[in-house]
Amino acid sequence: MRTITDIRRTLPRAARWTACLCVCVIVLYPLYTMVSQSLKKPSEATENPPTLYPHGISTDNYRALGHTGQVGVWQHVGNSLMVAAGATLLTVVLATLAGYGFARLRFRGSGVLFFLILATFMIPFQAIITPLFSILHSMGLSNSLPGLTLVYTTFQLPFGIFLMRNSFAALPASIEEAALIDGCGLIRAMTRVLLPVAIPGLISTALFTFFACWNEFFAALILVTDEAKFTLPVTLTVLASNQLGTLNWGIMQAGVAVTAIPCIVLYLLLQRYYVAGLIAGAIK
Amino acid sequence: MTKTTSAAVTPSPPALAAPPRPRGPGLSLRRRRQLMGVAMVSPALAVVTVFFLVPLVMTFWMSLNDWPLLGEHRYVGLANYRRAMHDVEWLHAIRFTLGYTALITPILLLAGLGLALLVHRRGRAARTFQTIFFLPVVIGFAAAAFLWLYLAQPGLGPLSDLAVRLGLGNQDTNWFATATSGLLVVTAMVVWKVTGMQMLLLLSGLQSIPGELVEAARVDGAGRWKTFIHITLPLLRPTLALVLVFSVAGSLLAFDQFYIMTAGGPANGTITAVYQIYRTSFINFELGYGAALSAMLMVALAAVSAAQMLLLRNTDNS
Repeated sequence: MRTITDIRRTLPRAARWTACLCVCVIVLYPLYTMVSQSLKKPSEATENPPTLYPHGISTDNYRALGHTGQVGVWQHVGNSLMVAAGATLLTVVLATLAGYGFARLRFRGSGVLFFLILATFMIPFQAIITPLFSILHSMGLSNSLPGLTLVYTTFQLPFGIFLMRNSFAALPASIEEAALIDGCGLIRAMTRVLLPVAIPGLISTALFTFFACWNEFFAALILVTDEAKFTLPVTLTVLASNQLGTLNWGIMQAGVAVTAIPCIVLYLLLQRYYVAGLIAGAIK
Repeated sequence: MTKTTSAAVTPSPPALAAPPRPRGPGLSLRRRRQLMGVAMVSPALAVVTVFFLVPLVMTFWMSLNDWPLLGEHRYVGLANYRRAMHDVEWLHAIRFTLGYTALITPILLLAGLGLALLVHRRGRAARTFQTIFFLPVVIGFAAAAFLWLYLAQPGLGPLSDLAVRLGLGNQDTNWFATATSGLLVVTAMVVWKVTGMQMLLLLSGLQSIPGELVEAARVDGAGRWKTFIHITLPLLRPTLALVLVFSVAGSLLAFDQFYIMTAGGPANGTITAVYQIYRTSFINFELGYGAALSAMLMVALAAVSAAQMLLLRNTDNS
């Protein structure tokens, strides 16, 4: 009797573990391949069938990245960082201000305006890219990183405003009143008292914006045409079309690793905020 | 009265320090707060107006024009829309996009639900698995597409090597040689990359179901399967609707994966709707026609969003 209940108890457990581990292999194997392929010597990278792991680790591919294409990959890393960091900073500042305004300082029409901002979720930015291209062109911002930064900010703002408004709205009004009674001005009440409590929402907003901008491909492909100004995802197409049609998959995967690994590290470090923001956003 | 007080208060911020009282200064504080609200909201509104609302309105205006990249545009009425109705390439792109959506949506939903049930546990092990399963979500579509492009490379990639070992072809089998097999590789990549997201959303849905409900059903003698069908699944409906809409909207807007992995080929067999807009506006530079196609896409996605609201509202009421 006892053994049967034991089996009934352990069998589903074992099955669950087996299933989880199998999924782990499926999920992690491509990521492992990315790293292992990027560390192979050029001769080994084209072996058929492919080797399971690099026999002899070499950083040649990463060094070669530095002088592939017109300006080398590190310039593109800089471009991506500038655009992603710039858009993140702008989004966080604008979304915090607007989120506070919508949550705490209601005025006539503020409800309608907030609804209008939320309504932009319904329209995909792919559908307005054509006029956006013309508008940037007429503003002299086409083919420029600041132009791309502004476009990214625009498309991350609604979600940021939504997250920040909810963070501020969740705080009891008494905190702010207490700060005002203690002699703080409105701005000081906001920056000193309310902002620290809203920090998790702020980190979520920043993380989402950074990830979205770092990985964005479509707008970057269209709005920036000068190779020296490409961001990383678009640069990968340059790596792919390199060298007279014969593709160096080692260098290619090194490029992929440079694009993907920062995201993975950032996610592992700050996943609490990422997940919280995601769920808050989804259940709007 | 209010005006004079606020004018008197404006130049000297310390006056704000006055504690809010029901009369007099209280009114001026309220007015100040409203003005402050307008001031804080305006920068964000300005950005959204210039880079979102203006292009939005312009999409419809451009779609009524013949609008080349250089030179004058010319009003043509609904000609662009009439052209789209008979455009073989556009109609094919729509059919392909709908087919791709129909193919991938059930896979994503089932895989996401499966993973969510698998890791719906307390404890460190379950949390670790959640983290691992979510990893592919955070890397970009471009990086994931180039990674899988290598994995499926004939004679080179581990995935095609695996296919050879499983007897699914020989070393020269090119998975990108036909539109159907190319679509399958892209679908595999997207499932790998996106399922973690579906899992996380469904998991949050599962966690919001009160444990007592499930326990009560079990105590009443319902088996695991019955509990799942009659208790868990109905309560999960709002989340399922949400995940469904995410997946449909994402698939209807697919571009990166096909641009990178199949380049729309072979023989333009894997061109999606967004891809066709890209080619119209930025390869052929027919911006007016591209805008018309965009407007059609926009209407389709607005319909999906509206369906989401209806789905969610219905589930709220029941």
